[in-house]
Amino acid sequence: MKTQSILKTLLLAFILTFTITACSSEESASKSVTINGAGATFPYPIYGQWAHKYEKLTRIKLNYQSIGSGGGIAQIKARTVDFGASDAPMKAEELEKFGLMQFPMVIGGVVPVVNLEGIETGKLKLTAQNLTDIYLGKITKWNDAAIKSTNPDLNLPNLDITSVHRADGSGTTWIFTNYLAKISPEWKEKVGFGKAPAWPKTNAVAGKGNEGVAVFVKKINGGIGYVEYAYALQNKMNYVLLQNRAGNFVAPTIESFQAAAANADWENAPGYYLVLTNQPGQQSWPITGASFILMYKKQTDVQIARQALSFFDWSYKHGQDLAVKLHYVPMPESLVKMVENSWKNEIKAGGSAVWE
Amino acid sequence: MTFFKETSTQNPVDTVFKTITIVGAGIVLAIMAALFIQLVMSATLSIKTFGFKFLITNVWDPIRQEFGAAGSIYGTLLSTFIAMLLAVPLSILIALFLVELSNPVFSKWISVGIELLAAVPSIIYGMWGLFVFAPFMAGYIQPFLKSSFGNSGLFDGPPIGIGMLTAGIILAFMILPFITAVVRDVFSMVPSVVKESAYGMGSTTWEVTQKVTIRYGIQGIIGAAFLGLGRAIGETMAVTFVIGNAHRISASLFAPANSITATLANEFTEASEPLYLSVLIELGLVLFAITFIIQVISQLWLRKVKKSMGAQ
Repeated sequence: MKTQSILKTLLLAFILTFTITACSSEESASKSVTINGAGATFPYPIYGQWAHKYEKLTRIKLNYQSIGSGGGIAQIKARTVDFGASDAPMKAEELEKFGLMQFPMVIGGVVPVVNLEGIETGKLKLTAQNLTDIYLGKITKWNDAAIKSTNPDLNLPNLDITSVHRADGSGTTWIFTNYLAKISPEWKEKVGFGKAPAWPKTNAVAGKGNEGVAVFVKKINGGIGYVEYAYALQNKMNYVLLQNRAGNFVAPTIESFQAAAANADWENAPGYYLVLTNQPGQQSWPITGASFILMYKKQTDVQIARQALSFFDWSYKHGQDLAVKLHYVPMPESLVKMVENSWKNEIKAGGSAVWE
Repeated sequence: MTFFKETSTQNPVDTVFKTITIVGAGIVLAIMAALFIQLVMSATLSIKTFGFKFLITNVWDPIRQEFGAAGSIYGTLLSTFIAMLLAVPLSILIALFLVELSNPVFSKWISVGIELLAAVPSIIYGMWGLFVFAPFMAGYIQPFLKSSFGNSGLFDGPPIGIGMLTAGIILAFMILPFITAVVRDVFSMVPSVVKESAYGMGSTTWEVTQKVTIRYGIQGIIGAAFLGLGRAIGETMAVTFVIGNAHRISASLFAPANSITATLANEFTEASEPLYLSVLIELGLVLFAITFIIQVISQLWLRKVKKSMGAQ
């Protein structure tokens, strides 16, 4: 019968496929150690690069899934990964509750970008108050007196401002709104800060991901948005100069981000709960943030834990060039020392330290 | 009682085949039921916290953990409505042209084009919408609408090219090929005897179209419209790209808005709090319910149309 022979062939095909998949998965499992991590999308490009190079050197594989900070926290709580990654730090009490420790891994910054014809990149200056008022909808035109007074030499157009923010919950938004809440009591009371706040009902649109915001700003004449530093550079966007806590207007550069990280008071931040927004220092970029790694203090598998920490150690010490190339900001040396000291004291397996 | 329509033939392969089809059909029902139960279970926290208020309030504040889905529901319904308003009449016109007026070679080419359009993945429509169509809207169509109907309140706000109207139009583009393809098939099944007798009575093309072709095919047209509606209401990626993703209800069609699917696509990844997650799942449940209600309405309507046609 024809049908029967077709059925037979199908069955054979099925069996074949299953055996092949089964074989190949067994093979890869027995080969080498794999460290699993999941979380924030912002550091994904650099974690990916580090992992790639590290695997070439040591044959130790790091598998990082960029599912978002929220997902990273959920996964580490469910113990399905060896480490989680988040752009927003967890509070010390919460870390304690779940037996987790966190440490900063890489530094980045959020940069306001605009689309204004006739105004060159890095020429527009905004004070913290300007930025807040724009996002609160109190300043609606680019030639508003408040913006004009900080930019007397620019010819600002009579154009509606369209503010762009993230549509998805994101660590970038967390850092940005954290900054606005720090400098403006009104923002703190009306909106607060978080990964997805209730944005003021102004003339605003929202894009998915850094790329979504970047595209909207580029497409909307008179748009202003905020993106990760790397996106602003790669897309050659028109960034603005921001006034920092010291009163200087600074440009977003690796140096100004590092200044913010170096001037921050990490010593007195339990659980490394420190947000790098609005930090002191003449050159500090005001909207700087760190991306964090989350690990359990009590590790069950010494080998995996040690391999993971070795990877982070290698990245701190040898991954800086790669980081700068991708427009990330390497951590200051003093901070790395502090972090590695914390590993020694806090991460244990069977009562003894994993990291020596 | 038997599941089979006819007593089986002697061939055992037939029995096996029939069993497989029954299992397949059963699985569909089982999956639907399981999906529904799962959604309800996961949404319980949200349902308990907000109750019916969830459907009629429009707050969306994940920081303070206050949620109301009215904005998203409104966006889903209105963007779909705009899409239907544009796509259904246009599809009927295109189908009429293809079946009644155009020469067969030409209409074959157009038909192929329509079927190709139907196969384009939705994310492509979204990207096209964002990169090509939105700037076009902002540069030409929105300023035109603003200057023509400026006082109506429907077109307030700066013409930024992204918002409810653009989302509705993109959706219309997406469902147009589906509706057209089905309506075309419906029209081509109208027996030529019926049409010819109308022509023989001295009817004009317009009269034949109106009184014979459309009349004859009305069930099929309604069916096609609901097919498009089902697709438009659940469309995610294309809408997310162009609707503007703002949780608000605004009278202006230029204003950015949100839909249930866009909210889900945007916010699922970072929803770490249990209540937030539960709220998003309840949104999914709401969408499930809306599609179900639409299905029921379409079935009832079809039955009514059938009856009224039978009575004539």
